[in-house]
Amino acid sequence: MKIYADNAATTKMSQAAIDTMLDCMNNIYGNPSSLYTIGQKAKERLEEAREDIAKLINAQPREIIFTSGGSEADNQAILSAAAVGKAKGRIKIVSTAIEHHAVLHTLKKLEKEGFEIVLLPVGSNGIVDVSDAEAAIDDNTCLVTVMTVNNEIGTIQPIKEIADICRSRNVTFHTDAVQAIGHMPIDVKELGVDMLSASAHKFHGPKGVGFLYVRKGVRLTNLIEGGAQERGKRAGTENVAGIAAMAEALSEAVDNIEYNKKHLTPIRDHLIKGLSEIPHSALNGDMDDRMCNNVNFSFEGIEGESLLILLDQKGISASSGSACTSGALDPSHVLLAIGRVHEVAHGSLRLSLGEDATLEEADYIINAVKEVVEYLRSFSPVWRDLVSGKKDFIL
Amino acid sequence: MALYSEKVMDHFLNPRNVGVIEDADGVGEVGNAKCGDIMKMYLKIDNDKISDVKFETFGCASAIASSSMATELIKGKSVDNAMELTNKAVAEALDGLPDYKMHCSVLAEEAIRSALDDYYKKKGIDHYDKL
Repeated sequence: MKIYADNAATTKMSQAAIDTMLDCMNNIYGNPSSLYTIGQKAKERLEEAREDIAKLINAQPREIIFTSGGSEADNQAILSAAAVGKAKGRIKIVSTAIEHHAVLHTLKKLEKEGFEIVLLPVGSNGIVDVSDAEAAIDDNTCLVTVMTVNNEIGTIQPIKEIADICRSRNVTFHTDAVQAIGHMPIDVKELGVDMLSASAHKFHGPKGVGFLYVRKGVRLTNLIEGGAQERGKRAGTENVAGIAAMAEALSEAVDNIEYNKKHLTPIRDHLIKGLSEIPHSALNGDMDDRMCNNVNFSFEGIEGESLLILLDQKGISASSGSACTSGALDPSHVLLAIGRVHEVAHGSLRLSLGEDATLEEADYIINAVKEVVEYLRSFSPVWRDLVSGKKDFIL
Repeated sequence: MALYSEKVMDHFLNPRNVGVIEDADGVGEVGNAKCGDIMKMYLKIDNDKISDVKFETFGCASAIASSSMATELIKGKSVDNAMELTNKAVAEALDGLPDYKMHCSVLAEEAIRSALDDYYKKKGIDHYDKL
């Protein structure tokens, strides 16, 4: 059996998105900035995509800036709000400990430049406390940035509540919605966000393309200089084929949100129940405020990279928060933030299901994980110490 | 390009000399779970020869493969020979490791050395005089 269960890393492109992309590449090759017909055709295609995407998140077309992906959108949103804030003498930015590195590394850079960065903790359920955010915001704060959905443990953050507070305090609010958009209903007006980042390849669109929603009235500075594209806010000839395919993919994804939730939730819960049967294991993240396709577990006494490679041998593609999978020294900052100690964070497994997942596949995954965990424990000195009582079990 | 060489995959998927020697003459454990790697080596030594060796490892694929390869490289060898095992030899025997995984081969070298130290200590020999 072949099961791709790493959809939080990237998704397979939808056929409609591929068709749209090919059509653009074959037929609409002009530069949207050129004034002759072929160029203007490309411009039309670009603006159609902008209108479609805007409609899907209840925004105005002029509020959508196309970027090279989620990371660029996060960088531009944060660096822009920081520059605008600094000009007004406000240099504090509030975020959370579980953001994507596109956010965290950008904040780190700003910290070195003199900004005051406050990373809010999260509870053991992986959700930030609204009152913590409220308490952290002061007159010096220029930006609050909180992700909509965490990429590792799938927890859904209370961004509407935090956005409400920001609005009443006159502070810009940005959300990295990369894991959320196309997977849960997103209405920027209802959420009340000022800026929102999205990436096409997380919802069956192509890689290398995304967008930043910027509410009308919010000042935006450039990350990339060199042309008047995107109303002067993002230079570079537009990736028309990618953008058109992104619009197509998002339209499909949004149409399927309800169905997918109904279909995937019982499969996810079946997986959680099955994996919970493994002794000394624990679910990471909240059980309820969780994406319908995310399962994240820690297994005591084993290391995640070995687990992934053995699962790959059984046809299952998944990921882990182990340091060994990234070449880093520390395991996942998200797992550490929810209070998992290093030993347990190394032995984690993330499964992010595709929309076509079945209960049968879930059973196959459960059996495979049980087998592999038991095998790795059979020659783990850590497991031996735990079983013999030399060390205490954590999970 | 695959992450690991075929040799690494072979030793990870079919690790040699896995297990425990209950009446080992030398036992060594290195690494720590916090960093994600622990290796434990058990040696049986007869007439200054490594007559048997077993390992247990908590760690990534390259840590398990490095342990497995290290045991193969010293099994049947003299204690002096085993003492000279280097991480480079382990990595080379595995047809190389990715740069950021080289520390796995270092751990394997250290685990063997630590088990041999334990053996010498038990025998009351100050082997560092010999080096």
